[in-house]
Amino acid sequence: MRRSLLFLPGNNPAILNNADVFDCDCVIFDLEDAVSIDEKDAARSLVVQALKTFEHTKIERLVRLNGVDTSLFQADLAALLEAKPDGLMIPKATVETITSVNQQIDALDAHSSILLFPLVESPKGILEVQTIAILPRVKGILFGGEDFAQSMQIERTKEGWEIFTARSLVAMACKAANIDAFDTPFTDTFDEVGLRKDALLAKQLGMSGKACIHPNQIAVVQAVFSPSEQAIFQARRIVKAFEEHQKQNKGVFSLDGKMVDKPIYERAKHLLEEARQLGLWRESDEK
Amino acid sequence: MKRSYCGSFASCDCFVEITEASTCTYTIDSVVDVFFHDQIEQVIVNVLHEFNHPLIHVKLTDKGAFDYSIEARLRTALERYYHET
Repeated sequence: MRRSLLFLPGNNPAILNNADVFDCDCVIFDLEDAVSIDEKDAARSLVVQALKTFEHTKIERLVRLNGVDTSLFQADLAALLEAKPDGLMIPKATVETITSVNQQIDALDAHSSILLFPLVESPKGILEVQTIAILPRVKGILFGGEDFAQSMQIERTKEGWEIFTARSLVAMACKAANIDAFDTPFTDTFDEVGLRKDALLAKQLGMSGKACIHPNQIAVVQAVFSPSEQAIFQARRIVKAFEEHQKQNKGVFSLDGKMVDKPIYERAKHLLEEARQLGLWRESDEK
Repeated sequence: MKRSYCGSFASCDCFVEITEASTCTYTIDSVVDVFFHDQIEQVIVNVLHEFNHPLIHVKLTDKGAFDYSIEARLRTALERYYHET
């Protein structure tokens, strides 16, 4: 499961050395915004050597490349395909850019198992997100709220109403394509309450995880995107009651005064599956 | 004189300076030299071998970098050296 994705600057050995000490699901070695233009080559080389040296078995390793429209992209792609991270994050994604990336990967290594995580951060990208989500190799999409707001020439707020529609579209497109949807980072690294509120909203909209820009954001994001004890308890009750009613050929029924039907049962099953994957619940506990 | 650099003097990093020379040589100044001199030297030798022992002098100032960082910084400094017109 990919609940938290931590951006790490690609040109800092002290941070790369410790990439797996952070308690997140994925790290994103950043070659784009976190690296000055004069150090792009150094960062690429450092990330490539780090990937080849460390196994980082506890986390998934992604690399954010420079934009497809930059002179750096081809060298980034060729070097990273050889270094074999788990996935590549492609900034400023549109159908055209992700199609081009897939073609370039095919040309370099047609059998590459590399996954793609487009970063959708423009109005065009948002309007094309449904198609981007079903392109080959795409396993998740990150919504980039800051660049999106800049492209829209709108001001970002903590409440985030200005990005509400874009977030929802990304979440829906990813759900429809059965891939992960990742929410934009919360940029105030000192505001834990604001982060929790923002992550809860993203989860309510259907996001499966959230990007982090500081290690102190990981615990909150992990907690929000993990099933709570209370939710697991309630899901167990729903599943048990539904299956008992099914045996008696009864359809809809009421639990604690609330209607339970098939979609609610399915949602409870899904939550238990998530809890199982995270080691928070075992089916054998029920027996 | 043709010259290139890569890296930093920050902890866990190293700084590589390459200058034109008549033979392929290197010097190592490391905060962990007493423990890791041979290991650091081996990294440099391997990379220089891969680049066919160019006529350069490599000056490595190491602040406790891991082998992979030393290799990456040296490779980048070499690439920059060759790209310099």
